[in-house]
Amino acid sequence: MAERVAPVRRVLGSWDVIVLLAVVVVAVVGAFTVDGVASPRFWRFVALEALPIALIALPMTLVVITGEIDLSVASVLGLTCTVMGQLWVSGVTSLPLLIALCLLLGAVLGAVNGLFVTGFGLPSLAVTIGTLALYRGLAYVVLGDRAVANYPREWTTAAIAPIPGTTIPWMILVLAALAVVFAVVLHATPVGRALYAMGNNAEAARFAGVNVRLTKFWLFVATGAMSALAGVFWTLRFASARADNGSGLELAVVAAVLLGGVSIFGGRGALLGVLAAVALLGVLRNTLQLAYVPANTLTVITGALLIASVVGPNVAGMLRERLRRRRSTAPTATPTT
Amino acid sequence: MRAGNTRARLIAAAVLAALALGTAACAEDTGGDPGTETGAGGMKTGLKIAFLPKQVNNPYFTTSDNGGKAAVEEFKGVYSETGPSEASPSAQVSYINTLSQQNTDVIVVSANDKDAICGALNEARTAGAKVVTFDSDTNPSCRDLFINQATAEGIAQNQVKLISEAVGPDGGEIAILSATANATNQNAWIELMKAELAKPEYAKLKLVDTVYGDDQDQKSFTETQALLAKHPDLKGIISPTTVGVAAAARYLSGSTYKGKVQLTGLGTPNQMRAFIKDGTVKAFALWNPADLGYLAAYAGGALSSGLITGKEGDKFTAGKLGEFTVGKDATVLLGDPYTFNASNIDQFDF
Repeated sequence: MAERVAPVRRVLGSWDVIVLLAVVVVAVVGAFTVDGVASPRFWRFVALEALPIALIALPMTLVVITGEIDLSVASVLGLTCTVMGQLWVSGVTSLPLLIALCLLLGAVLGAVNGLFVTGFGLPSLAVTIGTLALYRGLAYVVLGDRAVANYPREWTTAAIAPIPGTTIPWMILVLAALAVVFAVVLHATPVGRALYAMGNNAEAARFAGVNVRLTKFWLFVATGAMSALAGVFWTLRFASARADNGSGLELAVVAAVLLGGVSIFGGRGALLGVLAAVALLGVLRNTLQLAYVPANTLTVITGALLIASVVGPNVAGMLRERLRRRRSTAPTATPTT
Repeated sequence: MRAGNTRARLIAAAVLAALALGTAACAEDTGGDPGTETGAGGMKTGLKIAFLPKQVNNPYFTTSDNGGKAAVEEFKGVYSETGPSEASPSAQVSYINTLSQQNTDVIVVSANDKDAICGALNEARTAGAKVVTFDSDTNPSCRDLFINQATAEGIAQNQVKLISEAVGPDGGEIAILSATANATNQNAWIELMKAELAKPEYAKLKLVDTVYGDDQDQKSFTETQALLAKHPDLKGIISPTTVGVAAAARYLSGSTYKGKVQLTGLGTPNQMRAFIKDGTVKAFALWNPADLGYLAAYAGGALSSGLITGKEGDKFTAGKLGEFTVGKDATVLLGDPYTFNASNIDQFDF
């Protein structure tokens, strides 16, 4: 049996490929059954919606692989938006300078998370739930319930401008370039291998010479900076900086990371799967909306999909374990410790 | 050992595929171009009119959207309601994009942010949709018409009239329980109420205090309490904020002041029903959200049928509500605030 399924396994061998195939299946089925899915505009809207999620999901994948999590990302995004708005109002009119300051801010906010997690050894879940509230609160301190919206039209149109000759926003290219950087780091460098090692067993990784604390610290800095970049995009795309920008986006990011096959316990996962999951959630959502599925049903479907993505791998693991036990010679298989 | 693994993966893939197929099957064909034939009053039939509230599952918007539905059915359009389950501008953008892809003729939207949904709305307009805002406007450059529920003047006049009627011909001391001290709309109303009180017919009413409950239930409650302690001769309170008026009513209904100190304000029927029934409050006001939705649907229909363009002075007829004229900044005013009292409150649920 194992011999027979081997070629199939090579194709469907990884969760990444399954998620990728699911995107294709949803898109093809959608294109044939739902009016509008086949149009280039549909893909433009999906891309615009998925972009900020994908940007943050890149570093988040690495963070979760090390066994940590960062729930403050959407609040970092929101705070960055308000600071960008406030800076613009107070006379910072150079876009490159604004972007640089925002990225710096994001990196600092990420460093605060990293410091609490690695410096004081606190659990990242607790720390980033704290900063989730703290950063969002600060965003309200900066702008209150005001919105800053009077950005130059060139900026806001440039942010969502398509690649010439297509409908796809050019920011996708930025995302692609960043994705390559993150993928190389994760999948082709010693640092990447160290991340997996840390997720599997931080103690062992430390003995093997990996500077666990420093590595994790920089991962949080990266998450902060990427969230800030998403914040800049968000502000320009919606031409509106508000303290509630991106509320709840952390859940979309974590959802994509988990659906993408990254283990919430760390040590397992790949970027391809995560990006495919971002696309899958985006395409599915937009297709269902076009098919007149109401928001309530949509929430239920997304929720169910997430539960399945977390439960799925575990059930698969249990099945595997049961099969392994059945095949091993039962009498000698008693536990030794 | 690996076979189980593969099987699980195949199952997962199958489940995803089934999910995709299942959801695709939900797609219903609502296509069909608006007919060239015209119905009553020159309105095109078959117009696809979509209501996009700030959020779905919100009783206020359910009421207004049902008003819109009634109107759309009257002129034989195709009504739909869609929207996010949380009141966020970015979620609204996604629905606006969907509506423009569905070739919706009219988008009737209550904006969660006056600028954030602008780009998407303009994209929809480029694709041929007419955009009508109601309840909460966008930047005027992003829509064809705004249906305004009430003007500041209308609210101020209504509130003073209601407290005057409640207090009675002898008049007396009145106070205002507002939201926050720097709320722009509240302060504009308060100034206009003062101007209204200066008129001879209200000579017997004397505004003695304005306090702020910050739109917090507890603070509004204790501010009401303090107000009554401070002004023993107080005869009436105006609270032009839904949180404040409900908190004040709760305090009054449980105190010895019930029926002696009058209260009015801007509130919702569901919040105020009990206090109308137990006699604490005789009447309060807000606009009628069903009428607001009804008018918005007719305005959108008239735009899409080419009966009006949205310029100042354009006139159109909105079914049972009669004729309306487009005012400055492409705005249509629903009218004076709607007064709720014991005789009509049970007709509303929001």
